[in-house]
Amino acid sequence: MKFGVVVFPGSNCDHDALYATTKNLGESATPIWHESEDLSGFDVVVLPGGFSYGDYLRAGAIARFSPVMKAIRRFGCGGGLVIGICNGFQILVEAGLLPGALMRNPRLSLICRTVYLRTETVESPFTHRLERRRILAIPIAHGEGRYYADEGTLETLEQQDRVAFRYVTPEGEATPEANPNGSLRNIAGILNEGRNILGMMPHPERAADPAMGSTDGLLILQSMASDFAASR
Amino acid sequence: MSAVTSDLVAQHGLTASEYERIVERLGREPNLTELGIISVMWSEHCSYKSSRVHLKKLPTSGPRVLVGPGENAGIVDIGGGYAAAFKIESHNHPSFIEPFQGAATGVGGILRDIFTMGARPVAVMDSLRFGLPDDPRDGVRNRHIAQGVVGGIAHYGNCFGVPTIGGECIFEPSYSGNPLVNAFALGIFPKDKIFYGTASGVGNPVIYVGAKTGRDGIHGASMASAEFDEESEEKRPNVQVGDPFLEKLLLEACLEAMQTGAVLGIQDMGAAGLTCSTCEMGDRGGSGIEIDLRRVPQRESGMSPYEIMLSESQERMLLVAEKGREEEISRIFAKWGLDAVRIGAVTGDGLLRVRNNGQVVGEIPNSLLTNDSPLYDRPAGKPWRSAPLDGPGVAEPSTRELREGLEALLASPDICSKRWIYEQYDYMVRTNTTQGPGGDAAVIRIKDAGVSLAMALDGNGRYCSLDPKEGARLAVAECCRNLSTVGAEPIGATNCLNFGNPEKPEIMAQLVAAIEGMGEACRHFQTPITGGNVSLYNETLGQSIYPTPVVGVVGIVDHMTVPLGIHFRRSGRSLVLLGGLLPGPDNRAPRRFGSSQYAKVVLRQVWGLPPGIDLDYEKSVQAAMREIVRQGLAESAHDVSDGGLAVTLAESSFGPAGIGARLELHSDAASHYLLFGEAPSRILLSVPPDDVSAVVELASRFNVEAPLVGETDAETISVRLNDADLFTTSVDQMYEPWDNALERMLGQQ
Repeated sequence: MKFGVVVFPGSNCDHDALYATTKNLGESATPIWHESEDLSGFDVVVLPGGFSYGDYLRAGAIARFSPVMKAIRRFGCGGGLVIGICNGFQILVEAGLLPGALMRNPRLSLICRTVYLRTETVESPFTHRLERRRILAIPIAHGEGRYYADEGTLETLEQQDRVAFRYVTPEGEATPEANPNGSLRNIAGILNEGRNILGMMPHPERAADPAMGSTDGLLILQSMASDFAASR
Repeated sequence: MSAVTSDLVAQHGLTASEYERIVERLGREPNLTELGIISVMWSEHCSYKSSRVHLKKLPTSGPRVLVGPGENAGIVDIGGGYAAAFKIESHNHPSFIEPFQGAATGVGGILRDIFTMGARPVAVMDSLRFGLPDDPRDGVRNRHIAQGVVGGIAHYGNCFGVPTIGGECIFEPSYSGNPLVNAFALGIFPKDKIFYGTASGVGNPVIYVGAKTGRDGIHGASMASAEFDEESEEKRPNVQVGDPFLEKLLLEACLEAMQTGAVLGIQDMGAAGLTCSTCEMGDRGGSGIEIDLRRVPQRESGMSPYEIMLSESQERMLLVAEKGREEEISRIFAKWGLDAVRIGAVTGDGLLRVRNNGQVVGEIPNSLLTNDSPLYDRPAGKPWRSAPLDGPGVAEPSTRELREGLEALLASPDICSKRWIYEQYDYMVRTNTTQGPGGDAAVIRIKDAGVSLAMALDGNGRYCSLDPKEGARLAVAECCRNLSTVGAEPIGATNCLNFGNPEKPEIMAQLVAAIEGMGEACRHFQTPITGGNVSLYNETLGQSIYPTPVVGVVGIVDHMTVPLGIHFRRSGRSLVLLGGLLPGPDNRAPRRFGSSQYAKVVLRQVWGLPPGIDLDYEKSVQAAMREIVRQGLAESAHDVSDGGLAVTLAESSFGPAGIGARLELHSDAASHYLLFGEAPSRILLSVPPDDVSAVVELASRFNVEAPLVGETDAETISVRLNDADLFTTSVDQMYEPWDNALERMLGQQ
């Protein structure tokens, strides 16, 4: 498997994603400069966390116009795997590749902590190596992570089994207390209709190494690196 | 050009005799631009004119020190071909006037100091001091300052992509009109790739990179060299505005440009901006620099040479490149969307020559601006202290008062959880943080070198106000002790000396004594000071802050696994108090209790002296601690400091497992001294029963006391003294007020 990690001006978690995919996952990975429009040779594209273009105007609002985003749209429409983490999720939403919006946290400041996620679906290339309702301990670090969508969109996401992860208590309950940022229905990550594009606010690459206290995030990377079709 | 009048000289913060010195050295009167240039370089902030004499007494070299004071940051060898660059610097004055931007640009400045040496910043910590959040008169302002400062640090560090992994935050009335914001940063690089702020090779181009120059921050260094009065808020235009995104681009572009080999010297433009970077680079290289201001990228029109030279606009660097390779460099900066403009060249005449459109507007020998700046050995009297030596007679508290005292301490601003602060910081980015905020020391792994670095910041203004020398010794000792709890060997230190007006002998005496104490302790623990910063004139309306020397120590661990934490992990583990019940000279005396958090928070009085410390014993405790970690004999280790043993016990219980403990003490000392006295040289361990004898044996080999003081216990905290119950409480009941206190105090507007 060949991973590509997009580097925008202001990407901060690009090194972390490269390290996790190569050292922890053991696949090959290279950076993709934001001006590149050529994604040939890549099996997975990672939009990493950070503050692309300083997050000026609104997180992800400027990055969506980058040349690389045109290529990612084509890549995604052709069935290529795309994962947007944190700022990457914000960019995917701004680009219209995923529905809804990510608004400022109710506290209006960044929150960095390890949260618990419940795996809502295993019917995706990102989660097929997990069990349904499996609890994952994965860190968040964002100021604009409050998932919002209109009622119709939320219903569609639920009906099409496209909510990938929800914020839950350590016991697995999706309570308001377990929701760090006021996201509607405790949503932490969603899939596109084709199920080959995932956006999630938590950082799986930060939970991919025993030295970081949790390796739950590695399960997501491992899912991506193994054949989803063959697993069905 | 206007003539220089005595009023003008005074407005620039120069004395009449300093002005005479300028005229004598120049051989003529300076013009206004030159006066501005000289005045910022001769300001206390840039010249260290009151402290230089004394700073020489600090130890600065050691087996691992590659670069000591005088460069942008100190550098130590961490093995495996790698080095760490680190430094702490104050941004106190700007943070008082405009808390958010003041703190943000403080972080920005220290980050540039690190990457200008070629190192990629991988960790930030902050030492913060604020006035009391619930002060009846100044509470609103104190909260506003604390919220703004934390927000500013978060804004800059998060966007830049460096983890803010720890620090300390203390609230005292003396910081009400003068908060302290000391930012520490550490970076990593191959040790043969160090870059210096030096200009060499006549004819080589001097290149300006980064943000454009505006009118912001003019005279920032001079502002930081004066006391505040009622009109200080009018100095807001002197505070710079930071853009962390731009700094992130500057970092990547600079590191990439350094790879080409075309960069010969580089220095950031911090305090005193273009002035400081040009004359310092010239001076270090033994050469001169000539620039033309017409070529300096400008954000505003109509800026005078005076304004351009003194601007402290952020996110700018000056570099000297190999002649003929300018194109290579500007291509890299263009890739990152940044300006890289040749504004001048290196000369051989030792002068800083400033032209504007070809015409010379300033010509000053570099040496006049750097080494030849004034040097004062100011008179030092007896250190000023506000608290009495003898306090009230303190009767032994009732058992109920002991429990309530513990509750009050845990919910007090200095001791309560700092979660409200550190959760605003991304402390995990770069996936190196193996122990983040909330522990005794912060620890990051260095993937390339295969080692971990532990670091901590410590300073206790209250102790120093009672005895500056002992207070400084205690700070260094505590910092090194914090490192020892994770098994780290201290290898180097940096300091930030925050004091009042040095022209007052009783303040100068505090500074002198603190440096003496710090030097003694740093020699003792073999932690040379590789750099740092002095911040004087921390006074508002004639009221000085507590003397606050802050030290940051960096230590090394020879592996990358998760370090020992402070939290109890299982019940039924033995508690060992490494170091003993109340070690150190005289720590059972009432005078020593007057400096404790219990005296401050519960008795609401401060008196007496800081705890006494025996540095030899302290060193043995730390050596024993490191050996215990190496042999894997303990499950948790937590240094005993603010609030004493009872607070340490409670904090050790506040982990994810929520395991409490039964503390069983046997002593003829009074219960409040045992529980809340702050004697140093102590670390509370939880040890599996099978390993207790090994721990005790090991401690005795180091001549260190290691009494068994109880055992861990699910969910409750109970304390017994000489087989009598003092109190019992649940972990949850203690945890909630500790966990929420800061958010209650600062979370609302």
